[in-house]
Amino acid sequence: MTPSTRKILFAPLVDNNPIILQVLGICSALAVTTKLSTALTMCIALTLVVACSSTLISLIRHYIPTNIRIIVQMTIIASLVIVVDQFLRAFAYEISRELSVFVGLIITNCIVMGRAEAFAMKNPPWPSFLDGLGNGLGFSVILLMVGTMRELFGSGSLFGFSILPLARDGGWYEANGLMLLPPSAFFLIGMIIWGVRSWKTGQVEQPEFRIQPAHNPTEATR
Amino acid sequence: MTETNQTPAPHSGRRTLGVAIAVCLVCSLIVASTAVMLKPIQLANRIEARQQVLVELAGLTARGLSAEQAYRQFDVRMVELASGEYHDDQDAEQFEITRAGKDAAQSISLAPEQDLAQIRRKPKYLPVYQVFDQAGKLETLVLPIYGYGLWSTLYGFIALEGDLRTVRGIQFYQHAETPGLGGEVDNSRWLDLWPGKVVFDDDWQPRIELVKGAVSTDTPDNQHKVDGLSGATMTTRGINNLLKFWFGQEGFRPFLLRLREKRS
Repeated sequence: MTPSTRKILFAPLVDNNPIILQVLGICSALAVTTKLSTALTMCIALTLVVACSSTLISLIRHYIPTNIRIIVQMTIIASLVIVVDQFLRAFAYEISRELSVFVGLIITNCIVMGRAEAFAMKNPPWPSFLDGLGNGLGFSVILLMVGTMRELFGSGSLFGFSILPLARDGGWYEANGLMLLPPSAFFLIGMIIWGVRSWKTGQVEQPEFRIQPAHNPTEATR
Repeated sequence: MTETNQTPAPHSGRRTLGVAIAVCLVCSLIVASTAVMLKPIQLANRIEARQQVLVELAGLTARGLSAEQAYRQFDVRMVELASGEYHDDQDAEQFEITRAGKDAAQSISLAPEQDLAQIRRKPKYLPVYQVFDQAGKLETLVLPIYGYGLWSTLYGFIALEGDLRTVRGIQFYQHAETPGLGGEVDNSRWLDLWPGKVVFDDDWQPRIELVKGAVSTDTPDNQHKVDGLSGATMTTRGINNLLKFWFGQEGFRPFLLRLREKRS
């Protein structure tokens, strides 16, 4: 793998992460991370969809008329999402019930559409595939981190296996109920962003405007 | 933005239309064939999930059996709703409520004022699931119930004790209500409020209902009342209506009365 393709694949993990740098895909990150099993399923589903959709869109990019490109991309993405949803319903019925509408909502996940429009429309299939895969993995890294913390501290378990015995089952750990509610994912993602930006200061955004220092009172305003 | 090797994007109307049609055709083929191929597996999953709900409601899993073994303890029979009689010529195992509700031969349309549960057509026959003890006495009776909530039709079961009016449990196995609000119909803490509630009053009129706020032992008629779902007025109303419908004259009341008569 050449350095440039390696960069396409690995840059979205930290340096150009879709969640923490671009702040996309937050909705599903809040919704499916109460448990690690649903978070992992969501990660696999989204990575598959974004990798496949980028490859397919890149394959036909010369044939897509620019004036209908968005709807063509949407059609391809939506078809892939329906296929993934059907497979989940057939082979992971319980998890697909827990994920309910959120698998279908991958269609509207900005990450998928963003990669199609920003990368796959302009690049050959192989780099597009790697770019999709990388962004899917970047999404997955954050989702799994948030999912691990929420399940561990909210339910005292990981993948349903008890790690911290809960007080209500005779253990010592008093579960943190906030972790089971969506706002906790907001706080966790916020803290991850803070951590990463303190480490990689290049990610800190420039303020859009600067507040002017207050004027010294002049003769007229005094 | 454009690379040098990229051909200029075609703009002609015919080309645009051609690409649009081709993309749609290919995508629809893929989606349709996946859906058709996976349907048998999905159906089997749904039936298994339904059996799981049934055995849990009837408390059959407690006897250390797998869901499938436990399910075989049910005496499943088809009931004609209008007369309340058994109709064993109908196949209960292959029965699908969603299919029967659409089939003109298997269902009758409801007038708007009768259609409390908002199901439009009512199946003529429905399966009932009974468990008998060693002496042949009815221990549990599970009835299918369904009706419209806020976004979706809620499909579920309600299990009654041998007295045909005390609730043993309730569970919805399929719905698409808002997660966290109407979706709380799946919350085990809410479901645990149901056992012991009484569906019918002494005149065998359906009285069970969800009410706003919490029901305590001081609430008058608390045996007929269950806490509503907070933040989910429409789902709560939907459940109230479907209970009233299925325990009413249009629903299972004729069957339950007949069953009670036969016993006494």
